[in-house]
Amino acid sequence: MNDTQEPLDPLTVAERWAGEGRDVAIATVVETWGSAPRPVGSHLVIDGEGNFHGSVSGGCVEGAVVSEAIDVMSEGRPRVLEFGVADETAWQVGLSCGGRIRVFVEKLR
Amino acid sequence: MDTDLLKQLNEERQARRAAILITDLGDGSGRLLREGESAGDAFGDAAERAFRSGKSAVVEADGRDYFLNVHLPPARLVVIGAVHISQALAPMARIAGFDMTVIDPRTAFATQERFSGVELLAEWPDEVLERVPLDAYTALAAVTHDPKIDDFPLKCALEAGCFYVGALGSRKTHAKRVERLKELGLDDNRIGRISAPIGLDIGASSPSEIAVAILAEVIAALRKRQVAVR
Repeated sequence: MNDTQEPLDPLTVAERWAGEGRDVAIATVVETWGSAPRPVGSHLVIDGEGNFHGSVSGGCVEGAVVSEAIDVMSEGRPRVLEFGVADETAWQVGLSCGGRIRVFVEKLR
Repeated sequence: MDTDLLKQLNEERQARRAAILITDLGDGSGRLLREGESAGDAFGDAAERAFRSGKSAVVEADGRDYFLNVHLPPARLVVIGAVHISQALAPMARIAGFDMTVIDPRTAFATQERFSGVELLAEWPDEVLERVPLDAYTALAAVTHDPKIDDFPLKCALEAGCFYVGALGSRKTHAKRVERLKELGLDDNRIGRISAPIGLDIGASSPSEIAVAILAEVIAALRKRQVAVR
Protein backbone atom coordinates (compact mmCIF):
# COMPACT_ATOMS: atom_id res chain seq x y z
CA MET A 1 0.00 0.00 0.00
CA ASN A 2 3.10 2.07 0.20
CA ASP A 3 6.21 2.33 -1.91
CA THR A 4 8.55 0.84 0.65
CA GLN A 5 8.66 -2.57 -0.99
CA GLU A 6 9.64 -1.26 -4.41
CA PRO A 7 12.99 -2.53 -5.54
CA LEU A 8 15.54 0.26 -5.45
CA ASP A 9 13.31 2.59 -3.53
CA PRO A 10 14.70 6.13 -3.41
CA LEU A 11 15.60 6.25 0.30
CA THR A 12 17.51 2.98 0.03
CA VAL A 13 19.33 4.34 -3.01
CA ALA A 14 20.14 7.58 -1.11
CA GLU A 15 21.68 5.60 1.74
CA ARG A 16 23.75 3.56 -0.69
CA TRP A 17 24.98 6.65 -2.54
CA ALA A 18 25.92 8.36 0.74
CA GLY A 19 27.82 5.21 1.71
CA GLU A 20 29.80 5.51 -1.52
CA GLY A 21 30.83 9.03 -0.52
CA ARG A 22 28.64 10.79 -3.08
CA ASP A 23 26.85 14.09 -2.39
CA VAL A 24 23.16 13.37 -2.05
CA ALA A 25 20.06 15.56 -2.04
CA ILE A 26 16.58 14.33 -1.20
CA ALA A 27 13.51 15.97 -2.73
CA THR A 28 10.16 15.21 -1.12
CA VAL A 29 6.62 16.12 -2.18
CA VAL A 30 5.26 17.83 0.95
CA GLU A 31 1.95 19.23 -0.34
CA THR A 32 -0.28 18.76 -3.36
CA TRP A 33 -3.34 20.61 -4.65
CA GLY A 34 -5.71 19.38 -7.31
CA SER A 35 -4.64 16.43 -9.39
CA ALA A 36 -1.00 15.70 -8.64
CA PRO A 37 0.76 12.76 -10.27
CA ARG A 38 2.68 11.59 -7.20
CA PRO A 39 1.33 11.54 -3.64
CA VAL A 40 2.62 13.53 -0.69
CA GLY A 41 5.71 11.81 0.72
CA SER A 42 7.12 10.73 -2.69
CA HIS A 43 10.86 11.11 -3.11
CA LEU A 44 13.36 11.96 -5.79
CA VAL A 45 16.99 11.51 -4.77
CA ILE A 46 19.80 13.25 -6.63
CA ASP A 47 23.58 12.91 -6.47
CA GLY A 48 26.23 15.57 -7.09
CA GLU A 49 26.56 14.55 -10.73
CA GLY A 50 22.88 14.99 -11.44
CA ASN A 51 22.03 11.28 -11.40
CA PHE A 52 18.60 10.78 -9.94
CA HIS A 53 16.21 8.07 -8.80
CA GLY A 54 12.52 8.10 -7.92
CA SER A 55 9.97 10.76 -8.86
CA VAL A 56 8.06 13.72 -7.50
CA SER A 57 5.81 14.35 -10.50
CA GLY A 58 5.97 11.47 -12.92
CA GLY A 59 8.38 13.32 -15.19
CA CYS A 60 7.05 16.89 -15.55
CA VAL A 61 9.31 18.81 -13.18
CA GLU A 62 12.14 16.39 -12.37
CA GLY A 63 14.61 18.32 -14.52
CA ALA A 64 14.00 21.54 -12.59
CA VAL A 65 14.18 19.73 -9.25
CA VAL A 66 17.50 18.14 -10.19
CA SER A 67 19.08 21.51 -11.03
CA GLU A 68 17.74 23.09 -7.83
CA ALA A 69 19.07 20.08 -5.90
CA ILE A 70 22.56 20.64 -7.28
CA ASP A 71 22.41 24.25 -5.97
CA VAL A 72 21.17 22.99 -2.61
CA MET A 73 24.07 20.52 -2.40
CA SER A 74 26.63 23.28 -2.99
CA GLU A 75 24.94 25.84 -0.70
CA GLY A 76 23.79 23.41 1.98
CA ARG A 77 20.53 25.24 2.77
CA PRO A 78 17.24 23.43 2.12
CA ARG A 79 14.63 24.93 -0.22
CA VAL A 80 10.94 24.62 -0.78
CA LEU A 81 9.97 24.66 -4.47
CA GLU A 82 6.50 25.15 -5.84
CA PHE A 83 5.30 23.98 -9.23
CA GLY A 84 1.97 24.72 -10.83
CA VAL A 85 0.30 24.77 -14.20
CA ALA A 86 2.62 25.86 -17.01
CA ASP A 87 0.30 28.27 -18.81
CA GLU A 88 0.66 31.79 -17.39
CA THR A 89 4.30 32.19 -16.54
CA ALA A 90 6.41 31.02 -19.44
CA TRP A 91 9.59 30.54 -17.42
CA GLN A 92 7.92 28.22 -15.01
CA VAL A 93 8.18 24.47 -15.40
CA GLY A 94 4.68 23.15 -15.06
CA LEU A 95 2.53 20.15 -14.42
CA SER A 96 0.47 19.16 -17.44
CA CYS A 97 -2.18 17.61 -15.20
CA GLY A 98 -3.18 21.02 -13.83
CA GLY A 99 -2.24 20.34 -10.23
CA ARG A 100 0.17 22.14 -7.97
CA ILE A 101 2.89 20.63 -5.79
CA ARG A 102 5.34 21.81 -3.14
CA VAL A 103 8.67 20.00 -3.05
CA PHE A 104 11.16 20.20 -0.19
CA VAL A 105 14.78 19.77 -1.28
CA GLU A 106 17.52 19.13 1.29
CA LYS A 107 21.08 17.98 1.32
CA LEU A 108 21.82 14.70 3.07
CA ARG A 109 24.49 15.50 5.68
CA MET B 1 18.44 15.12 7.41
CA ASP B 2 21.70 13.40 8.22
CA THR B 3 22.84 9.99 7.03
CA ASP B 4 22.41 8.39 10.47
CA LEU B 5 18.78 9.40 10.56
CA LEU B 6 18.25 8.04 7.04
CA LYS B 7 19.84 4.75 8.12
CA GLN B 8 17.55 4.52 11.16
CA LEU B 9 14.51 5.23 8.99
CA ASN B 10 15.50 2.61 6.42
CA GLU B 11 16.10 0.10 9.22
CA GLU B 12 12.57 0.62 10.54
CA ARG B 13 11.11 0.27 7.05
CA GLN B 14 13.03 -2.90 6.28
CA ALA B 15 11.92 -4.41 9.59
CA ARG B 16 8.27 -3.62 8.68
CA ARG B 17 7.85 -1.18 11.60
CA ALA B 18 5.87 2.04 11.24
CA ALA B 19 7.74 5.33 11.65
CA ILE B 20 7.27 9.03 10.97
CA LEU B 21 10.12 11.25 9.83
CA ILE B 22 9.47 14.74 11.21
CA THR B 23 11.34 17.40 9.21
CA ASP B 24 11.58 21.10 10.04
CA LEU B 25 10.97 22.67 6.62
CA GLY B 26 12.88 25.78 7.70
CA ASP B 27 16.27 24.32 8.51
CA GLY B 28 15.95 20.70 7.37
CA SER B 29 16.57 19.21 10.81
CA GLY B 30 14.72 15.99 11.44
CA ARG B 31 13.85 13.31 13.93
CA LEU B 32 12.32 9.87 13.81
CA LEU B 33 9.15 8.96 15.64
CA ARG B 34 8.51 5.24 16.01
CA GLU B 35 5.00 3.94 16.48
CA GLY B 36 4.16 3.84 20.17
CA GLU B 37 6.59 6.62 21.08
CA SER B 38 5.10 9.85 22.32
CA ALA B 39 5.37 12.68 19.79
CA GLY B 40 4.97 15.45 22.38
CA ASP B 41 2.09 17.95 22.58
CA ALA B 42 2.84 19.79 19.37
CA PHE B 43 2.51 16.71 17.15
CA GLY B 44 0.56 14.21 19.26
CA ASP B 45 -2.77 14.29 17.41
CA ALA B 46 -1.23 14.81 13.98
CA ALA B 47 1.19 11.94 14.51
CA GLU B 48 -1.52 9.58 15.66
CA ARG B 49 -3.69 10.54 12.67
CA ALA B 50 -0.74 9.95 10.36
CA PHE B 51 0.01 6.52 11.85
CA ARG B 52 -3.62 5.51 11.50
CA SER B 53 -4.31 6.90 8.04
CA GLY B 54 -0.88 6.47 6.50
CA LYS B 55 -1.20 10.04 5.14
CA SER B 56 1.79 12.37 5.33
CA ALA B 57 1.17 16.09 5.91
CA VAL B 58 2.62 19.49 6.76
CA VAL B 59 1.86 20.51 10.35
CA GLU B 60 2.41 23.94 11.85
CA ALA B 61 3.77 24.13 15.38
CA ASP B 62 5.19 27.14 17.24
CA GLY B 63 5.09 29.19 14.04
CA ARG B 64 7.21 26.71 12.09
CA ASP B 65 6.24 24.27 9.34
CA TYR B 66 7.06 20.60 9.89
CA PHE B 67 6.55 17.78 7.43
CA LEU B 68 5.38 14.52 8.94
CA ASN B 69 6.27 11.79 6.46
CA VAL B 70 4.68 8.57 7.62
CA HIS B 71 6.12 5.25 6.51
CA LEU B 72 3.75 2.35 7.11
CA PRO B 73 4.72 -1.16 6.08
CA PRO B 74 2.63 -2.34 3.14
CA ALA B 75 -0.34 -4.32 4.44
CA ARG B 76 -0.30 -8.06 3.84
CA LEU B 77 -3.07 -10.58 3.94
CA VAL B 78 -2.19 -14.15 4.83
CA VAL B 79 -4.93 -16.68 4.14
CA ILE B 80 -4.75 -20.15 5.63
CA GLY B 81 -6.60 -22.45 3.25
CA ALA B 82 -6.55 -22.68 -0.54
CA VAL B 83 -10.32 -22.97 -0.67
CA HIS B 84 -13.07 -21.49 -2.85
CA ILE B 85 -13.35 -18.39 -0.64
CA SER B 86 -9.61 -17.72 -1.03
CA GLN B 87 -9.87 -18.01 -4.81
CA ALA B 88 -12.50 -15.24 -4.82
CA LEU B 89 -10.57 -13.21 -2.27
CA ALA B 90 -7.28 -13.22 -4.22
CA PRO B 91 -8.19 -10.85 -7.08
CA MET B 92 -10.19 -8.56 -4.80
CA ALA B 93 -7.38 -8.28 -2.28
CA ARG B 94 -4.97 -7.39 -5.05
CA ILE B 95 -7.27 -4.63 -6.33
CA ALA B 96 -7.61 -3.28 -2.80
CA GLY B 97 -3.81 -3.08 -2.55
CA PHE B 98 -2.96 -6.02 -0.31
CA ASP B 99 -0.11 -8.45 -0.89
CA MET B 100 -1.86 -11.77 -0.40
CA THR B 101 -0.30 -15.10 0.46
CA VAL B 102 -2.20 -18.38 0.56
CA ILE B 103 -0.89 -21.22 2.72
CA ASP B 104 -2.31 -24.73 2.60
CA PRO B 105 -0.41 -27.99 3.08
CA ARG B 106 -3.07 -29.94 1.17
CA THR B 107 -1.59 -30.15 -2.30
CA ALA B 108 -4.94 -31.07 -3.83
CA PHE B 109 -6.20 -27.60 -2.88
CA ALA B 110 -3.01 -25.61 -3.26
CA THR B 111 -2.54 -25.76 -7.01
CA GLN B 112 -1.16 -22.98 -9.16
CA GLU B 113 -4.05 -23.52 -11.55
CA ARG B 114 -6.56 -22.48 -8.90
CA PHE B 115 -4.42 -19.54 -7.73
CA SER B 116 -2.64 -17.95 -10.64
CA GLY B 117 -0.96 -14.67 -9.80
CA VAL B 118 -1.04 -15.21 -6.03
CA GLU B 119 1.78 -16.26 -3.74
CA LEU B 120 0.79 -19.82 -2.94
CA LEU B 121 2.68 -22.01 -0.47
CA ALA B 122 1.77 -25.71 -0.29
CA GLU B 123 3.33 -26.15 3.13
CA TRP B 124 2.28 -26.40 6.76
CA PRO B 125 1.69 -22.94 8.25
CA ASP B 126 4.26 -23.47 11.03
CA GLU B 127 7.00 -23.98 8.43
CA VAL B 128 6.04 -20.85 6.51
CA LEU B 129 5.53 -18.64 9.56
CA GLU B 130 8.90 -19.56 10.98
CA ARG B 131 10.47 -18.31 7.78
CA VAL B 132 8.21 -15.25 7.26
CA PRO B 133 6.86 -14.16 10.65
CA LEU B 134 3.52 -12.39 11.04
CA ASP B 135 3.47 -8.76 12.23
CA ALA B 136 1.16 -5.86 13.13
CA TYR B 137 0.70 -4.91 9.43
CA THR B 138 -0.48 -8.35 8.46
CA ALA B 139 -4.04 -9.66 8.49
CA LEU B 140 -4.63 -13.36 8.92
CA ALA B 141 -7.74 -15.20 7.82
CA ALA B 142 -8.01 -18.91 8.62
CA VAL B 143 -10.57 -20.56 6.38
CA THR B 144 -9.81 -24.28 6.20
CA HIS B 145 -12.26 -25.40 8.95
CA ASP B 146 -9.55 -27.85 9.99
CA PRO B 147 -8.09 -27.30 13.47
CA LYS B 148 -4.89 -29.14 12.50
CA ILE B 149 -4.19 -26.43 9.93
CA ASP B 150 -5.95 -23.34 11.36
CA ASP B 151 -5.15 -23.36 15.09
CA PHE B 152 -1.41 -22.82 15.03
CA PRO B 153 -1.42 -19.80 12.68
CA LEU B 154 -4.30 -18.28 14.65
CA LYS B 155 -2.21 -18.52 17.80
CA CYS B 156 0.78 -16.98 15.97
CA ALA B 157 -1.37 -14.14 14.61
CA LEU B 158 -2.72 -13.25 18.05
CA GLU B 159 0.74 -13.32 19.58
CA ALA B 160 2.21 -11.22 16.75
CA GLY B 161 -0.52 -8.57 17.13
CA CYS B 162 -1.79 -8.91 13.56
CA PHE B 163 -4.14 -5.99 12.87
CA TYR B 164 -6.83 -8.48 11.89
CA VAL B 165 -7.39 -12.11 12.82
CA GLY B 166 -10.42 -13.91 11.43
CA ALA B 167 -11.52 -17.53 11.49
CA LEU B 168 -14.20 -19.24 9.45
CA GLY B 169 -16.80 -21.32 11.24
CA SER B 170 -20.13 -21.14 13.02
CA ARG B 171 -20.49 -19.92 16.59
CA LYS B 172 -20.51 -23.54 17.73
CA THR B 173 -17.32 -24.35 15.81
CA HIS B 174 -15.74 -21.20 17.21
CA ALA B 175 -16.67 -22.09 20.80
CA LYS B 176 -14.73 -25.35 20.41
CA ARG B 177 -11.84 -23.42 18.85
CA VAL B 178 -11.78 -21.03 21.82
CA GLU B 179 -11.40 -24.01 24.16
CA ARG B 180 -8.52 -25.40 22.11
CA LEU B 181 -6.73 -22.03 21.98
CA LYS B 182 -7.07 -21.70 25.75
CA GLU B 183 -5.37 -25.06 26.11
CA LEU B 184 -2.55 -23.64 23.96
CA GLY B 185 -2.07 -20.97 26.63
CA LEU B 186 -3.87 -17.95 25.11
CA ASP B 187 -5.94 -15.74 27.41
CA ASP B 188 -9.53 -14.53 26.84
CA ASN B 189 -8.42 -11.05 25.80
CA ARG B 190 -6.29 -12.31 22.98
CA ILE B 191 -8.77 -14.93 21.86
CA GLY B 192 -11.48 -12.24 21.92
CA ARG B 193 -9.68 -10.46 19.07
CA ILE B 194 -10.62 -13.20 16.62
CA SER B 195 -13.39 -12.19 14.24
CA ALA B 196 -15.70 -15.18 14.20
CA PRO B 197 -17.93 -15.83 12.43
CA ILE B 198 -15.57 -14.26 9.91
CA GLY B 199 -16.40 -11.16 7.85
CA LEU B 200 -18.60 -8.10 8.15
CA ASP B 201 -22.22 -9.04 8.67
CA ILE B 202 -23.62 -8.42 5.18
CA GLY B 203 -25.57 -11.65 5.03
CA ALA B 204 -22.95 -13.23 2.78
CA SER B 205 -23.71 -16.79 1.72
CA SER B 206 -21.69 -17.78 -1.38
CA PRO B 207 -17.89 -18.12 -1.23
CA SER B 208 -17.46 -14.89 -3.25
CA GLU B 209 -19.79 -12.98 -0.94
CA ILE B 210 -17.94 -14.28 2.10
CA ALA B 211 -14.72 -13.08 0.45
CA VAL B 212 -16.22 -9.58 0.12
CA ALA B 213 -17.25 -9.67 3.78
CA ILE B 214 -13.75 -10.75 4.85
CA LEU B 215 -12.01 -8.09 2.76
CA ALA B 216 -14.35 -5.37 4.06
CA GLU B 217 -13.63 -6.43 7.63
CA VAL B 218 -9.88 -6.46 6.99
CA ILE B 219 -10.03 -2.92 5.55
CA ALA B 220 -12.11 -1.71 8.50
CA ALA B 221 -9.59 -3.19 10.93
CA LEU B 222 -6.69 -1.53 9.08
CA ARG B 223 -8.22 1.93 8.80
CA LYS B 224 -9.87 2.08 12.21
CA ARG B 225 -7.07 0.54 14.23
CA GLN B 226 -6.08 2.40 17.38
CA VAL B 227 -2.45 3.31 17.75
CA ALA B 228 -1.42 2.29 21.23
CA VAL B 229 1.04 4.63 23.00
CA ARG B 230 3.53 2.71 25.04
